[in-house]
Amino acid sequence: MLGEGIVKGLAETARNFFGSYVEKDRLTTVQFPEERLPQAEAARVFPFLVYDTDDMEAGLRCVACKICEVECPPQCISIEKSTGKKPDFVGKPQFYPAKFEIDVSVCMSCQICVEVCPFEAIKMDTAFELSTDDRFGGLHWAKEQLSKPNEHYQKIHPTEAAEVDAERAEKKAKTAAAEAAKAAAEAAKAAAAKTETTETEGSAKQ
Amino acid sequence: MTAPFVILAILAIAGATAAMTLRKLVHCALALAVCFVGLAGLYLNLNAQFVGLVQILVYVGAVVILIVFAILLTRHDELPAQTSRTRIAGLGVSALVFALLAWAVTAGGAKFGAAGTQPEAAIKDIGSALMQRYVLPLEVVGLLLTAALIGAVVIAMEEKKSK
Amino acid sequence: MTQGLDQIFVTLQHWAVSHSPAAVQPAVSILLPVVGILIAFPALFAITTVLERKGLARIQNRYGPNRVGPFGLLQPMADAVKSLTKEDLVPRSADKLVHFLAPLLLVAAVFVEYAVVPVGRNMVLADMDCGVLFFFAAGAATEMSVFMAGWSSRNKYSLLGAMRAVAQMISYEAPLILSSIAVVMAAGSLSTVTIVEKQAGYSGFWPHWYVLTPWGLAGFVLFMIAATAESNRSPFDLPEGESEIIAGYLTEYSGFKFALFFLGEYLGMFAISALGITLFLGGWAAPFSFLTWVPSWIWFFGKLLVLIAVFIWVRGTLPRLRMDQLMNFAWKFMLPMTLMVIFSAGLWRFLPSGVLRWLICAAPIALLYVVLGRVLQTDRKIEKRVYRYAE
Repeated sequence: MLGEGIVKGLAETARNFFGSYVEKDRLTTVQFPEERLPQAEAARVFPFLVYDTDDMEAGLRCVACKICEVECPPQCISIEKSTGKKPDFVGKPQFYPAKFEIDVSVCMSCQICVEVCPFEAIKMDTAFELSTDDRFGGLHWAKEQLSKPNEHYQKIHPTEAAEVDAERAEKKAKTAAAEAAKAAAEAAKAAAAKTETTETEGSAKQ
Repeated sequence: MTAPFVILAILAIAGATAAMTLRKLVHCALALAVCFVGLAGLYLNLNAQFVGLVQILVYVGAVVILIVFAILLTRHDELPAQTSRTRIAGLGVSALVFALLAWAVTAGGAKFGAAGTQPEAAIKDIGSALMQRYVLPLEVVGLLLTAALIGAVVIAMEEKKSK
Repeated sequence: MTQGLDQIFVTLQHWAVSHSPAAVQPAVSILLPVVGILIAFPALFAITTVLERKGLARIQNRYGPNRVGPFGLLQPMADAVKSLTKEDLVPRSADKLVHFLAPLLLVAAVFVEYAVVPVGRNMVLADMDCGVLFFFAAGAATEMSVFMAGWSSRNKYSLLGAMRAVAQMISYEAPLILSSIAVVMAAGSLSTVTIVEKQAGYSGFWPHWYVLTPWGLAGFVLFMIAATAESNRSPFDLPEGESEIIAGYLTEYSGFKFALFFLGEYLGMFAISALGITLFLGGWAAPFSFLTWVPSWIWFFGKLLVLIAVFIWVRGTLPRLRMDQLMNFAWKFMLPMTLMVIFSAGLWRFLPSGVLRWLICAAPIALLYVVLGRVLQTDRKIEKRVYRYAE
């Protein structure tokens, strides 16, 4: 029948129109600044440096080994090693970065710096609303802007952070145990040396 | 010689002159449309509403568009600027025609003056005249238009068949 | 009280005229309705642009503009600022005078069309003896402006778009005018005021609108289809469809001239809907006799809004027609149907009223519809696909 398709089409669009006011799941638009889609856990935007305790300087995990600077494909990381050392989370004195800068406008979010870091010091952040009107310095971030506490890492990548924390706790326990064993061995050796001297003293007296 | 008449007459004459003298053909066609609008204004000034409005509807709405399509489809845009070789003879012939028309108009006893407020040819009168007194010319014109339409369709169809 | 509200604009006009000096009274008496038209219809245009975008969006299961103002209703302000501040580019080889005049001619012609539309009881700018004819004559200038726009841009896309647009407009003028002739036959006059007054009566509570007769219903549908084509509106917007021909005859227009074309197109749509309401839907008359207390101009604008909503609905539903489909539709389908509508209107005039008259007048139209539907569907036979493979 001529015109039947038109009438059916009009009925369909009328159903869409009225349905969009009544049924909630017809409108799939996410009204951006007010609502946001949740990001995947492995989302990656730009890197940030992790620090452990509340102290940004003392707890910074980065030891300025410069592996990430060398491996970065667009070479957007620039690191200046410090002159002195500070103790890391197991107590061993390590260098630290006096300057750590990333040019975020060059960074291509490839995550290679994260993959090669042996110290779990640099991780990928997920914040993407980063536009600034400062053309020259606004996207060139220094150590202070890049350092974020471990709590932040746990919030944005929970499973990864849990794994990293477990590994570090294990390492800390092992070093502590090794230290304790070494200290016990030292104490035993000192005690053995002391008994030897008393023994030689005793044999000399006889 | 009221003001509306003068303005409309100037519009019509200017449009016609522009249609003759302009370089680009499409400009000439548009100037012709202005001339037709002037003529329609003159008809309306004489209280011939039907003729005036049909003038716009048919001439401006159809004839000028036909001319414009003809120009577009044959793609002759610019006219070569040349003065005609027969311009003396042309002027003479046009002066003769003008004299003839002027004699015909003035000798026919037409009255010059303001038109009456009542429309002399109301639409109802035109309609009933067409249906009663002039029904034969109406039917013949209808037949002519149908023949023209069928001819146009046949010509267009021939092209498709010959392919 | 309702009588006062109904005639409130007329009363205002008389008050203003009586309080102005005698020398300018005719001018004031004419200028006030003109100013009223110049305010009301562009305001309606502004509201329509945002309602259309929101309506189309809801049909497509998304929100429309909702950032500017509450529910996005101040979007026309933003659009106005944008169109006024955009750079007005005129191509170097364009014909400057014609390029400039085209949008002006369009808007002027369309505004002139509003002079014969009765917006309410006693509310028409010019009560002419041949109002309907005046309307179509003013519409003829619209086609000229479309052609001028396309040709002056010196752009092959524009020229093609303009030729197609003009061909479409003159093809659909025939069914448009013929379907309105059926109404003129029934009313016995070309004056829009008389046509509305003929439809303002009631038998019981049922109105005398022409759309409630078989020939009126068919005529109204045909008139509305032709009106959609005349305003170059979807599904007949091939001349200006963005994905088809860039923007057709509007390609080389930017900034305010583009806004003027837009204004002209929408105002043309309102004007032809207003004429459709006047001819078929009873103008300012109320639909039922117990609703006549509502002012007449409210009924008129209500019907206009309903027709605009239908336009938006159709735009959101139907795909664009191709040029040859469009032309076939006008000449092969709509023209015979309108001729049959005129025949049926003639039958209606001479038969005694009753159910039998309804059936006898509806029969030829329905029969022709079915016959044309069968005969014109030439592409029904879809053959089995033949595949050719490369060797």
